[in-house]
Amino acid sequence: MKIIPKLVGSALLATAMAGAGAAQADSVKIGFVTTLTTPAGVIGADIQDAVNLALEHIDNKMGDLDVELIMEDDGFKPDIGKQKTDKLVKQDDVDFVVGYIWSHVLLASMKSALDAGKFLISANAGPSKIAGTLCHENFFSTSWQNDQTPMAMGEYLSQQGVKSLYIMAPNYAAGKDMVAGVEKTFKGDVLGKDFTKWGADAQLDFSAELAKAKASGAEGIFVFYPGKAGGAFIKQYQQAGLQGVMPLYTVFTVDAIALPKLQAGGLEGVLGSKMTQFWSPDLDTVANKKFVDGFLAKYDRYPSFYAAQAYDSIMLIKSAVEAVGGNLDDMDGLRAAMKAANYDSVRGKYTYGNNHMPIQNFYLREVVEDDQGRWTTKIVSTVLENHQDSYAAECAL
Amino acid sequence: MDWNLLITQVLNGLQLGLLLFLLASGLTLIFGIMDFINLSHGSFYMIGAYFCGTVVSMSGSLLAGIVVGLVCTFAIGAAVEWFIARRLYRSDHLDHVLVTFGLILVFDTLVHMIWGAAGMAIRLPDVLNGQVSLGTLVLPTYRLVIITSGLLVAAILYIMVSKTRLGMLIRAGASNRTMVEALGVNINKLFLIVFAIGATMSGFAGMLIAPITEASIGMGNEIIIIAFVVVIVGGIGSIKGAFYAALIIGLMDTLGRSYLDDVLELSMPTQYAETAAPALSAMLVYILMAVVLAFRPQGLFPPAGSK
Repeated sequence: MKIIPKLVGSALLATAMAGAGAAQADSVKIGFVTTLTTPAGVIGADIQDAVNLALEHIDNKMGDLDVELIMEDDGFKPDIGKQKTDKLVKQDDVDFVVGYIWSHVLLASMKSALDAGKFLISANAGPSKIAGTLCHENFFSTSWQNDQTPMAMGEYLSQQGVKSLYIMAPNYAAGKDMVAGVEKTFKGDVLGKDFTKWGADAQLDFSAELAKAKASGAEGIFVFYPGKAGGAFIKQYQQAGLQGVMPLYTVFTVDAIALPKLQAGGLEGVLGSKMTQFWSPDLDTVANKKFVDGFLAKYDRYPSFYAAQAYDSIMLIKSAVEAVGGNLDDMDGLRAAMKAANYDSVRGKYTYGNNHMPIQNFYLREVVEDDQGRWTTKIVSTVLENHQDSYAAECAL
Repeated sequence: MDWNLLITQVLNGLQLGLLLFLLASGLTLIFGIMDFINLSHGSFYMIGAYFCGTVVSMSGSLLAGIVVGLVCTFAIGAAVEWFIARRLYRSDHLDHVLVTFGLILVFDTLVHMIWGAAGMAIRLPDVLNGQVSLGTLVLPTYRLVIITSGLLVAAILYIMVSKTRLGMLIRAGASNRTMVEALGVNINKLFLIVFAIGATMSGFAGMLIAPITEASIGMGNEIIIIAFVVVIVGGIGSIKGAFYAALIIGLMDTLGRSYLDDVLELSMPTQYAETAAPALSAMLVYILMAVVLAFRPQGLFPPAGSK
């Protein structure tokens, strides 16, 4: 009967350890939900690299606390994303739930994180509902509300006197928001619109839609195709002979992930194409220079905007944790500190609106070749200054 | 009515149909002759694209890529038959599904390990990247290449199946496998060849589409479901059925995507029509399958003599 004292002993030890853990938090636990599998996993990989770089830049410390990072893969599916969020808040008991590339995944997962009394920080997705009726005091974004970037594009197109447009986007929450955004500010006529199948089995052959676009005779084509669909679209756009006939305007389609592949595929048509964005690798701030140079040195490629937002999310959390002196139970203090956005964002100074969405500038960017022959993006002009999303008024906060 | 648009869309539908045919013809033979459900048929589609892409990026020649890709998918197809499928012919369908689903995961992970998650762009020669003008009609050259190659392979397959001894055995096997075995035909060899040819055609389809959509992990899993629909609508084991069903489904899908929103707008507000149309056009093929199963469960063109 020697086994019983042993069992009792280890049980006691376990209790003692658990007690010690509860008395004094010695780490900040960050649960990060992103997409690491499926072809969209390349976006998640870029985000993961940025988070690792951010942790390296802060020596894995926020104040006196160590950072404990738990990465989870949502598999590009809302149900899995929710399951992983539940796991992070219940099993791992994280302090911050961060990440979410996809609007539909964020919408499915938000309740799990917020009901558990955790802070939820979107490092990409910005569905209109979270900015409006579903806004929450513990939700923050380091990206944008979905409509804003296309609104900047619509504004630019109107300024340029483009009179008619053909629109294509995937058929899901963000696709709808992007189209709503461009239609809000574009003053010309929309000659046609296509929403295509999205998800793990997304439509990638756009022959039918491109033929329609061409037949519509619009002066330009506006698309939103994040991830691999973007590369496929641009290739088919060029093959269909639309280049030069129907200029291409994009949001979240031509990014630092797509450009090296487009360059390898020899798709010169994308050089000079215009897009709007809240950030660009050439944006001249101290934090951005450190981020972009560090990223280039460590991974030998430009960071994408996804990477920039993820990097910022870690810095935002750090600023809040330090403002409350590492007391993670001080939810009000953490919230107030985050709301102040008092940190060096790679995009420069920005503020938070009542719905905790950034109020920030949007720039027009152009695809160019850098001095080492790599394709990247460069800021041409500022389209919207200190822009607040249009759903803020619907938020009761 | 914009006739140019209609003609373009019909050609687009034809292109999709022919790609589906390349996949479904192998699937229907394997299913019909060996009574083997091969969910991993789409993996050859992916592997073909990756091999072709690798060779193209090393040599710069699309032709070299396709030749190497065809040889590799044939070899891998034969290996899968020899080492795995062969042991399963006498098991029931559930075992086939389990094993071949496992194979999908194995192939997807292998591709991830070898080529990474990023996918692979295949560079087309400039000639193929351009457009062809026929009167007022302007078409992407590469789409026409896909249509021509698809028709060519269909013709070769037709001659092989209807005029050669191998084709005779294949047809006999599809109609009555037991009788073929009883007549002393080397059924193992026949199965090996059919499986490898099926894999090669699937790989060829992957190579054709990859310059448009990029090679990516799981690309075959997306299209294999529709290929199964083609097999069922066309009649299991029937090449002719696979051909017509693939064209019908390709055209239905493309024309649905092009015109359904206009049709729906006649009966509902625009904002609902533009949301409902893509969902409905994605469903059309399954509705067709349900109708065929309800009224003609053996498929539209079942192989002669099959029960």
